Amino acid sequence: MTHLTLDQKSIIKIRKSAKNIASVVDDFVQIHSTTSIERAVLRLYGVDGVDLSGVPLPNKLVDILQTKGKLESGASYHFAASMLESKRDAKTTAELIDQGKISFGESSSFSVEQILKQEQVLTNFAINTLDNTRKRKLDKQKQFPLPEAPWKYLIVATGNIYEDRVQADAAVRSGADVIAVIRSTAQSLLDYVPYGATKEGFGGTFATQENFKIMRQALDKSMQTHGRYVSLVNYSSGLCMAEIAASAAIEDLDMLLNDSMYGILFRDINMQRTFIDQYFSRLICARANIIINTGEDNYLTTADAIEGAHTVTASQLINEAMGKVAMLTDEQMGLGHAFEIDPQVENGFLLELAHASLAKALFPNSPLKYMPPTKHKSTDVFYSHVLDAMFNLASITTKQGIHLAGILTEAIHTPFMQDRAKALNNINYIFNTAKNLGDEIEFKKGGLIEQRAGQVLKEVVAFLSDIENVGLMKAISQGKFANIKREIKAGKGLDGVFKKGPNYSNPIIEAIKNNRSCS
Amino acid sequence: MSEQMIKPYGDTFDDGQVQLSFTLPVEIGARATKAAIKYTESLNFKDVAVVHSSKLADNFTCFVVYAKGIPSLNYKNIEATEVESTQMDYYEINSLIKTKLNRQMVVVGATIGSDAHTVGIDAIMNMKGYNGDYGLERYPEIQAFNLGSQVTAEKLLAKSLEVKADAILVSQTVTQKDSHIRNFTEFVELLEAENIRDKFLLVAGGPRINNDLAIELGYNAGFGAGTTPNQVAAFIICKLLNI
Ligand code: B12
Repeated sequence: MTHLTLDQKSIIKIRKSAKNIASVVDDFVQIHSTTSIERAVLRLYGVDGVDLSGVPLPNKLVDILQTKGKLESGASYHFAASMLESKRDAKTTAELIDQGKISFGESSSFSVEQILKQEQVLTNFAINTLDNTRKRKLDKQKQFPLPEAPWKYLIVATGNIYEDRVQADAAVRSGADVIAVIRSTAQSLLDYVPYGATKEGFGGTFATQENFKIMRQALDKSMQTHGRYVSLVNYSSGLCMAEIAASAAIEDLDMLLNDSMYGILFRDINMQRTFIDQYFSRLICARANIIINTGEDNYLTTADAIEGAHTVTASQLINEAMGKVAMLTDEQMGLGHAFEIDPQVENGFLLELAHASLAKALFPNSPLKYMPPTKHKSTDVFYSHVLDAMFNLASITTKQGIHLAGILTEAIHTPFMQDRAKALNNINYIFNTAKNLGDEIEFKKGGLIEQRAGQVLKEVVAFLSDIENVGLMKAISQGKFANIKREIKAGKGLDGVFKKGPNYSNPIIEAIKNNRSCS
Repeated sequence: MSEQMIKPYGDTFDDGQVQLSFTLPVEIGARATKAAIKYTESLNFKDVAVVHSSKLADNFTCFVVYAKGIPSLNYKNIEATEVESTQMDYYEINSLIKTKLNRQMVVVGATIGSDAHTVGIDAIMNMKGYNGDYGLERYPEIQAFNLGSQVTAEKLLAKSLEVKADAILVSQTVTQKDSHIRNFTEFVELLEAENIRDKFLLVAGGPRINNDLAIELGYNAGFGAGTTPNQVAAFIICKLLNI
């Protein structure tokens, strides 16, 4: 097998650094929560829907607590008290609260024991929701087996969920294993999750629970027609990481884009907010068996792929360490990287092989997410098709996990139906014709590929120990990642961060952390 | 005026050979192929050959077609503009500014509207530049302000007034639903409404931009894919000095 000889001491060192970096962040995370997390708790308790002007009820309820200065104890306990008062289901209770018909966040006429008992009922409901989606997906996979890796990942982005369905089925027919519905431009900056089915988005289709449901049903149908499991992906990033994770779990999604730093760097979301939100969103993913996809590939759209290679590996290690803190297993971590070396570089393909093999060597059990060339794609579609072929060859040779299809028209427009089919033909051909190439070849000892991997590893050691010394938050504020500087107290969403009060309660966190069964 | 009639070239002059690829929303089969031929003929092609068809989905078929274009075109009637400026390098430009403008040249740039793409404007403005050519921030004789992406028209204008910009660079990458046209237009209209359009040179840029489009939208010039910073700097200084 294509095997790299790497310095084992360095590997131990970088894992240790990453673990320390994550643990310092976790100390901060454990004593904080956010409005988005509290809204996610309410969603998992069964709250859904919008008021007459279209504002989601989870937002309205959390706003009530915030206005009353009661947020520091969290939404869970107060909502349990209101449930006792209403004697109705969660959704109806939320509506009654919104209409001012029952109290919320006030001192309750019920005893603490009664409220805690009700909170336990709600928690069991939430955990059962997460366990049930896990089970439903596994059951389906018994009937329709998961395909062999690399899984072929295709994006649809028409802005109309009903149209997306047609495109998705066409992609599955041509061989896609994973379908991602790209979100409408700038959804990551909305501090709420839009509601209902989308017929007109901008550059994509909103992530809403209804859209998740519509697409899941469509893919379940495709699955029956084509006889293999088809995974559904969306984006748990931006200001609503945890809420989207909750909705995704409810609707049986299989993967979520979820990165511990992407929002900070590329969307200017406040870093405290992001670190706190990613933790809870990942706990949900871990329990619901949702594979996360991290966003390291984005570094290489602004930084050079050779100069910045070590930042990709370092970020993968940090994402992994934070993922472990949030109970994710290796198999649930789709750590990201990309084939973005300038095609003009001599032996660039060999360097790509070195980078891809390094990722595989460091994370052998994780379904690595491999992004195709995008930045250096040409408007000459024939040339771009060849670039993708080289990417496909690198992916099958180094046995990547989640393979994003490179599209020949990348430098022109969001893909047409026929563009996707051509991309898949390219992948199908190369994955088949070179299926076991990686098992048959070895990299030359001390050759260019092995040396390059060793070099990147060395840079990672230095880079991570630097970050470990200053701390991740400070390192980001110094511009260590992607040359982008973000201040600890700047960026969007800081107003939703709060310190947990002495009475704070979020029993979902405890249940997931302690792996408690609730059936 | 004499004529210069042209047609697409395959392997013989005037054979009119064109390669097409498209999808029709019909089920694959003989009837679909016939439809592809008829449709291509209706576009003014003859000798249509559907060389490949494949099923994309139920009721969707993709075709590859070769055909001969019927019309000819008089090339003499075709006009298009490219940005006019002398080819100059970093050193020539700096020395021209220093000796002829007698002060630093001030340039403000941004990607406006909801567009979040910065790599293009950075390629022109950041130190590092593009394709081995230094960016405007590197020029000692240029004062360059790069405001980044998702900048509002108002903010770009305010900064340009504040630093007394000679030229404003506006970048647009996303073209879906013609959002680039809307954003470019919004900016020009803002300047016109304030009666200050003549205060600045306006330069548009982005992968789908060309000079004709930029002029039509009321800009002084437009630059497309592959532009290097020296081309932009040379245009601005030549225009300022009227050379
Ligand atoms: C990198 C990238 C991103 C990065 C941007 C990172 C960043 N900080 O810029 C990220 C991942 C964030 C991104 C996001 C999106 N992207 Co994007 N992205 C690209 C990609 C891969 C490369 C663009 C690039 O950097 N090119 C390199 C630079 C150097 O080239 P350039 O921009 O053409 O610039 C040159 C010239 O045009 C000129 N120039 C440019 N500006 C200016 C200005 C002036 C004044 C002058 C003189 C010259 C000039 O000079 C430059 C140097 O020669 C392209 C695909 C491609 N290969 O083109 C898609 C692409 C541009 N993206 C696209 C889309 C749709 C999006 C999203 C909307 C997707 C989504 N739904 O979320 C979001 C945008 C969100 C938003 N609000 O804008 C589409 C645009 C389709 C269209 N025609 O409308 C493309 C074509 C991909 C595709 N096929 O779908 N993207």
